[in-house]
Amino acid sequence: MPVAADAPVVLEGRKITKTFPGVIANQDVDLTLRAGEIHCLLGENGAGKSTLMNVLYGLYEPDGGEVLVRGEPVRFASSGDAIAHGIGMVHQHFQLIPTFTVAENVALGNETSRLGVLDLDATRERVRDISRRYGLAVDPDAVVGDLSVGVQQRIELIKALYRDAEILILDEPTAVLTPGEVDDFFGVVRGLVDRGKSIIFITHKLREVLAVADRITVLRAGRAVGTADPATATEQDLANLMVGRDVVFTVVKPPATPGEPVLQVADLVVTDTRGVTTVQDLDLTVRAGEIYGIAGVEGNGQRELVEAITGMRPPAAGTITLQGRDITHAGPREVADLGVGHVPEDRNRHGVVGAFSIVDNVVLNQYHKAPFSRRLLRREGPMRALASDLVEQFDVRTPGIDVPVDTLSGGNQQKVIVAREMTRYVHLLVVNQPTRGLDVGSIEFIHRRIVELRDQGVAVLLVSAELDEILSLSDRVGVLYRGRLVGEFDRADTTREHVGLLMASGGETEEVAS
Amino acid sequence: MKARDVAAELRRSLDLQPVLVPLLAIVLAFLTGALVILAIGSNPVDAYTALVRGMYGSSDRIAGSLGRSTPFIGAALAVGFAFRAGLFNIGAEGQLLVGATAAAWVGTWSSVRGLPGIVAIPVLLLAGVVAGGLYGGIPGALKARTGAHEVIVTIMLNAIALLYVRWLVSSQDPLILRDPAATVPRTSRIDDSARLPDLVSSTPLHWGFVIMVALAVLVWFLLQRTTFGFEVRTVGANADAARYAGMGVGRTIVLTMALAGAFAGLAGAGEISGTSGYLSPGVFVNIGFDSIAIALLARANPFAIIPAAILWGSMLSGAGLMQQEVGVSIDIVRIVLALVLLFVAADVIVRTVFRIRKERANALDTTDLAGGWGQT
Amino acid sequence: MTAVVVRPRGRFRLTHLQTLSVVVGVLGVALVGYVGPQVSADRRTFFFERPPDPLSWTFSPASIIIGIGVIYVLTAAVALLERGEPRLTRWALGVSGILFFPLAVVVSLALSDAASTNVTQLLVESLILGTPIALGSMAGLWCERSGVVNIGIEGMMLGSAGVGFVVYSQAGGANSTGWLWVAIGVSVLTGGAIAALHALMSVSFRVDQIISGVVINLLALGVTGFLRSEVIVPSGTTSGVPTKDIALPLLSSIPILGEQLFTARPIFFSMFVVVLVTWWVLFRTPFGLRVRSVGEHPHAAETVGIDVIRIRYTAVIIGGLIAGLGGAWFSMESQGGFQDNMTNGAGFIALAALIFGKWRPWTAFGGAMLFGFTRALGSRLQILGVEVGDFEIPSEFWQSLPFVVTIIVVAGLIGRAIPPAAVGKPFQRSR
Repeated sequence: MPVAADAPVVLEGRKITKTFPGVIANQDVDLTLRAGEIHCLLGENGAGKSTLMNVLYGLYEPDGGEVLVRGEPVRFASSGDAIAHGIGMVHQHFQLIPTFTVAENVALGNETSRLGVLDLDATRERVRDISRRYGLAVDPDAVVGDLSVGVQQRIELIKALYRDAEILILDEPTAVLTPGEVDDFFGVVRGLVDRGKSIIFITHKLREVLAVADRITVLRAGRAVGTADPATATEQDLANLMVGRDVVFTVVKPPATPGEPVLQVADLVVTDTRGVTTVQDLDLTVRAGEIYGIAGVEGNGQRELVEAITGMRPPAAGTITLQGRDITHAGPREVADLGVGHVPEDRNRHGVVGAFSIVDNVVLNQYHKAPFSRRLLRREGPMRALASDLVEQFDVRTPGIDVPVDTLSGGNQQKVIVAREMTRYVHLLVVNQPTRGLDVGSIEFIHRRIVELRDQGVAVLLVSAELDEILSLSDRVGVLYRGRLVGEFDRADTTREHVGLLMASGGETEEVAS
Repeated sequence: MKARDVAAELRRSLDLQPVLVPLLAIVLAFLTGALVILAIGSNPVDAYTALVRGMYGSSDRIAGSLGRSTPFIGAALAVGFAFRAGLFNIGAEGQLLVGATAAAWVGTWSSVRGLPGIVAIPVLLLAGVVAGGLYGGIPGALKARTGAHEVIVTIMLNAIALLYVRWLVSSQDPLILRDPAATVPRTSRIDDSARLPDLVSSTPLHWGFVIMVALAVLVWFLLQRTTFGFEVRTVGANADAARYAGMGVGRTIVLTMALAGAFAGLAGAGEISGTSGYLSPGVFVNIGFDSIAIALLARANPFAIIPAAILWGSMLSGAGLMQQEVGVSIDIVRIVLALVLLFVAADVIVRTVFRIRKERANALDTTDLAGGWGQT
Repeated sequence: MTAVVVRPRGRFRLTHLQTLSVVVGVLGVALVGYVGPQVSADRRTFFFERPPDPLSWTFSPASIIIGIGVIYVLTAAVALLERGEPRLTRWALGVSGILFFPLAVVVSLALSDAASTNVTQLLVESLILGTPIALGSMAGLWCERSGVVNIGIEGMMLGSAGVGFVVYSQAGGANSTGWLWVAIGVSVLTGGAIAALHALMSVSFRVDQIISGVVINLLALGVTGFLRSEVIVPSGTTSGVPTKDIALPLLSSIPILGEQLFTARPIFFSMFVVVLVTWWVLFRTPFGLRVRSVGEHPHAAETVGIDVIRIRYTAVIIGGLIAGLGGAWFSMESQGGFQDNMTNGAGFIALAALIFGKWRPWTAFGGAMLFGFTRALGSRLQILGVEVGDFEIPSEFWQSLPFVVTIIVVAGLIGRAIPPAAVGKPFQRSR
């Protein structure tokens, strides 16, 4: 349903500028939201979308420009003020307190009380009411930490609606959903618009933009670089606008020539830190010269699977073999020394030591071996030579090899990790979310390197929540659902829809149907 | 180790920026202390003049100040070294006491009595190192195995060491370490052959000072030049990354704490051997907290610990003269020292008062002590 | 689909509860096989009231010890045999834990020469000696529930004990009850002021919260030492606070307990109120919900418009006021004077009680009382003179008990505690 061009503007940002030390996140950005429309804000990672939204939601104070609500200029001292003006936001990283119940989370900040005592009954009643009206089923007394991400997203929406939000900002809401759930979510969003809400929808996924938007604004490097009409724009137009140059979507790669099995996993059972079994009876084989992609919604056992293979988490049962050698009970050092490279999921937590220089980070897991060490003493010469060499080879943009890694951009930090793990003596490379949060240039670079490594005969296990990444890189695809491998295909024999369905349901509905 | 590396590290530690803030923190602490002195109706200029004369007014006083500083160097190294692994060792006092007790005990062994000094002294010091190392290893092992926060465990171990050492030294029935001939509770005097010689004769300045300076160089070398030191620093900066990189995080924690305890134990043994030759209960009270302040003041840099410890020891040594001449309680020195720590920790205050911009982050800023509170 | 319990391959593994139960069982075997038969066969007496004519119970220590030992052995058996959810094991361990208190009293009484002891008085002493620890742990609870580690409770208590007593010694002099109340008020405010310093450093300046706490401890030691030598000693009033017991109406006339428990001093009574109010505010009011949200996930709180910084300041200062009351207990209720470092580690033990209580008010109070009991028992046993063989256990052993228990507690040997998720992490306001 197209929205009339003369519908009143409910929210407007004029010449918004926001800088952080060393970074201009937004520069003179104009954005208008009309009543009853879905306005998509498109841009690649780091383009400044979230910053702009945090300004509109009162979390950030803009350095320049002004925000207008229904034509009135406003100054938000905190998000409380934005809420009072009828603005609600669903953050990319959910802002829920895991140990609280749904009702407590919803009430927080807007509590009702009777004689000073917290009165949650009223909240429960309203949560049920909103649930019914917008089709957002939740139990107000459930503890949030026990709920799935899909349900948590509903709670975030309920939180905004509970505060009578008329304007909703949805920041990358589909990042955690499967293709099927995305469709359902679009239904909810349209239902909200039908009831008079106005929505800003942030994403970097072109397909979604065209499916849901009434209007599109593209943000690049902190600036609004153009608007587009979803009726006429193509994915390629939007991509070029978003990146600022012609983008090739598909990864160019020759057909795989798989060799001997390198990694063999049999009957693997892994439990997480809380003792819950997250990987269940899993069998998996990755051969030399192939990329095996693991698709799945995050939290279905990917983390524990990767940790078990790389020696960071002892499995509860089953066996893991590397080139015929049992590494089930090997620790991270032994596994790494046997030729397993590991690009970890969380680069700041595991991949680099931010306070250390590039030199120290490129030897992080080989500092103890020749030529970097001799008789328990460090040898700076070989370390520095390696660092200079890798910075050159992997195009790491840095003022020098002695700067602390946390002064580099996310893409360059990831390049340091990828460089370290790919250039060690490896037979198997395990990469977990290798391009999360990176700009398109870095993504292309890392993808190319992964394919090159495969062509040199290395076995690659790729884990990613981005289905597109799995589909474009993998030679074989396995789908992980609730800790089990519910499907395994040659890439050529499967479709996006089929994998998406397995990710969402584990194939259970199929079985019922057949 | 090349001399060039040492020189470079020395230059880095003497670089103006990192030194500026601690120096100004000291100035600010003295100014605040002056207000306190004014408040009790004394003259701060007179008081501070007497204090400085007490610290460095004659060669004897300088030797006295340096002698008083000696154990602080070792104890502060015990704190600073653990800091680099992200561990907050509040237990230097207990570790030092246990080391001193072990040395005082070994020094009275009949088998040690006959030995020449070149053997007896190392045996004595080694006893302190081993005892301190074991006592320091306990919180390390508990942290590595159960996640018990080392701050609480080391504080408790300090109290326990204090109680049991007091018992060992003062109990008359059964008679354990107490010197039966002494009128006050203390251990028997160790054999003369096991005594560290004075550096300046008949002053409190003994060879222990040289040993402590050598220890600082050793700690620097360990941290910067060895693979173990790299492990220590990695565990301190990002324990998760250390685990990913295949380092034994638990092992590093235990070893770091044991070594820290050994440094403190060495300082304790050196004091027994270098000063009185016997142990009295309560002799090292407060040294643990002082050493924390010194380590923070030096930003856990082993070389910077030496001047920081000398400042500390000198002030405590010189305060007596101030009390005698001006009548200001020596406790004012404790306030000033606590304020130094306050201003060093909250360097925002110093930066605001003196309008200094933030320097690059150093090892202490990236050490996250409170983040691991109550967790494994 | 049938649920298959996957057992780790290789060795047989004990769960945490089973390990603990085995330890209890071994203790039980020792009680039945060794301690019971060894202790003197003479009968002992428990008094429940003060003389004259007290209610009493005379018993044979050996049979009590053996009886409890049997229960301990049974606990271990239950733990090893029970399959599935260990409900019965938990229950048995709970009973064993409670029985440990009478066991400790009976064993030590049996080992001493004394024929009797007043156990109600022992209970009351435990509560009294647990007072500063309970107050300290409530102070810690407020801070840590809001996400601020407070290792400076010791310094807050010591500082407020000293400053409060300075006011008393300067303005009041001996035997002035009115000034006593003022001095207690000053103590409370001093605690709040020191806490404000902690909040300034750790919340506003984002100094590492542990370092900030250590600074506070050191500063309190220095300042109170200075105050004592420069102000308190010259004033001549170093002790002698007129501490009088107050009999609570009605409650003090309850038989047996009333006279001993409800005839006591004001800060002791206020402790119960503080615990109750802390629980009520934190878990029953909107403000409490906000405090807890800030301790768990401050950014989430910020997005719904809560001022995280202000909440943290408020919570830390409330904690400080409570710590100040704890400090007043030392100088104006318990000792009636001020000595250097008179808190002697109580602040740290309070932290251990907080961890023991898993950051919840009533269980933290229970932890504080456990420490109170070890102290009370320790001093009781010191008087009774307990001997093992010919060796009289030195007083240092009893004094070290709370510290040893603290290490055991924080090492998680009685179950892992989960702190508030954001505790220790400085909050950076998004702006």
